[in-house]
Amino acid sequence: MSLKTEELVLNMGPQHPSTHGVLRLELLVDGEIVKNVIPHLGYLHRCFEKHTEALQYFQIVPYTDRLDYLASMGNNFGYVLTIEKLLKIEVPERVEYIRVITAELQRIASHLVAIGTFGIDVGAFTPFLFCFRDREIILNLFEEITGARFLYNFMAVGGLNYDLSNGWVDKVKDFIKYFRPKLKELNDLLSFNKIFIERTASVGILPADMAINYGVSGPMLRASGVKYDIRKNDPYSIYNRFDFDIPVGQGLQGTVGDTWDRYWVRVLEIEESLKIVEQAIEQIPEGDVKAAIPKKIKPPVGTAYGRVENPRGELGFFVVSDGGNNPFRVKVRPPSFCNLSVINEICKNNLVSDVVAILGSTDIVLGEVDR
Amino acid sequence: MKTINEFFEVLKNNFNDAVVELKEDIDSYIVVKADSIDKIAEFIKTNNDFKFDFCTCVSGVDDANGTKNTDENGNVVINGGTMSVFYHFNRLVDDAKIIFRVYVERENPVVNSIAMIYRAADWHEREIFDLFGINFTNHPDLRRILMPYDWEGHPLRKDYKNPEFYQGIRVAY
Repeated sequence: MSLKTEELVLNMGPQHPSTHGVLRLELLVDGEIVKNVIPHLGYLHRCFEKHTEALQYFQIVPYTDRLDYLASMGNNFGYVLTIEKLLKIEVPERVEYIRVITAELQRIASHLVAIGTFGIDVGAFTPFLFCFRDREIILNLFEEITGARFLYNFMAVGGLNYDLSNGWVDKVKDFIKYFRPKLKELNDLLSFNKIFIERTASVGILPADMAINYGVSGPMLRASGVKYDIRKNDPYSIYNRFDFDIPVGQGLQGTVGDTWDRYWVRVLEIEESLKIVEQAIEQIPEGDVKAAIPKKIKPPVGTAYGRVENPRGELGFFVVSDGGNNPFRVKVRPPSFCNLSVINEICKNNLVSDVVAILGSTDIVLGEVDR
Repeated sequence: MKTINEFFEVLKNNFNDAVVELKEDIDSYIVVKADSIDKIAEFIKTNNDFKFDFCTCVSGVDDANGTKNTDENGNVVINGGTMSVFYHFNRLVDDAKIIFRVYVERENPVVNSIAMIYRAADWHEREIFDLFGINFTNHPDLRRILMPYDWEGHPLRKDYKNPEFYQGIRVAY
């Protein structure tokens, strides 16, 4: 006897816990096999780009916090870097160092969320608590210098809004000393856990050529074996002074570019970020962090594209100036947006439960996708 | 690594009229014709001198350079003029960059799509269609992406007016 089968449309989200925000995926399933994925975005659209046209250049910094809210420092960094490029100003050494230190600490915090929530997505709850415990320390460090735990408004065009507080540097050193052994703990608990590997290895493979074609960047691109990191390939700020490696996916547990690789690259990147923070904190010079902040920001007519390596990939700002007080146009190139566009290709012909794992490994932040 | 001037010379020799000029800026860009951007994209992706494999960003800009008129409700309406689309390409091997700009008529904005050449451009073009109302011919799936599917108007145009009603409900801003 043959059973009649037909394809079914399954709605995932917008309130699904594994969509990490409000994303709706329309899955076309044939039994347990996913045949097509149509993402529907825009639930968090806040008109960032329209708002910027009514704001002065310095007023936009707090708005950028809210793009990728898990990596606010990185967003600040990208925006101020672009405006500095437009204005052609240099910033003091101390500012550069503090920017790099905070951006790298932010990367660690962001990757800890990525790893922790990814664990939850595939059913491992304990690592999540461990990750958040350690991330808490970073947030406390940020709270001490900015007054905020999440949306910092820390960087200003040409400098910083606040200087470091006394003893902050020592606290960062303490944190690094405390955190190194915890990484090993995390690896024992999650990375090399048999159940976790079975669940993620050789699932949702993203080949390198497809990743490049879809504009995928950041850890996702590197997991596919492409050694590309803006911090190394096109160094901005003072990243060329530090010694660190770019981890790439090697297919240790399965195939290059699978879900486990995407997870593992992030774990390795935490280690590299620790290295950068360690080096930077030793060299940090004295100086005035507000010395180079311009009184009035009025860039000449022109266009500039600035970019940084955010925890999720290449964050770009394309700014058009008409010579006025407000930008004429600010376009954000959000890494999550481009990384998400490949979701259909890597989810096809996988199980429904694997979609959850794959989506978790892409590590999207919807605040940035929808802007 | 070639400079943008050398890239411009090569493109000018291959495409004649389709490549208009090289504009000096902080990031200098090449102005090309809207109906040949797809051919140029194909060329810079496959030609051995170029090999730009990464489409970083596609952005729309409303140049707002037409005549500004006031309609009967007192709203500013822009007639004529142009809108622009900027294309940023990258080569991952040595991080060479090339930027194109395309001008389209504001009244009839049409550009050839590069979404099937660089799949990265797919969602960027949808976003530009959504927010600026620029049509991309030969795009595989040109739908709104950030705004609701039944939204009227294109919010990032400079003369956009917030709607008074959405789905029959008065919305107060």
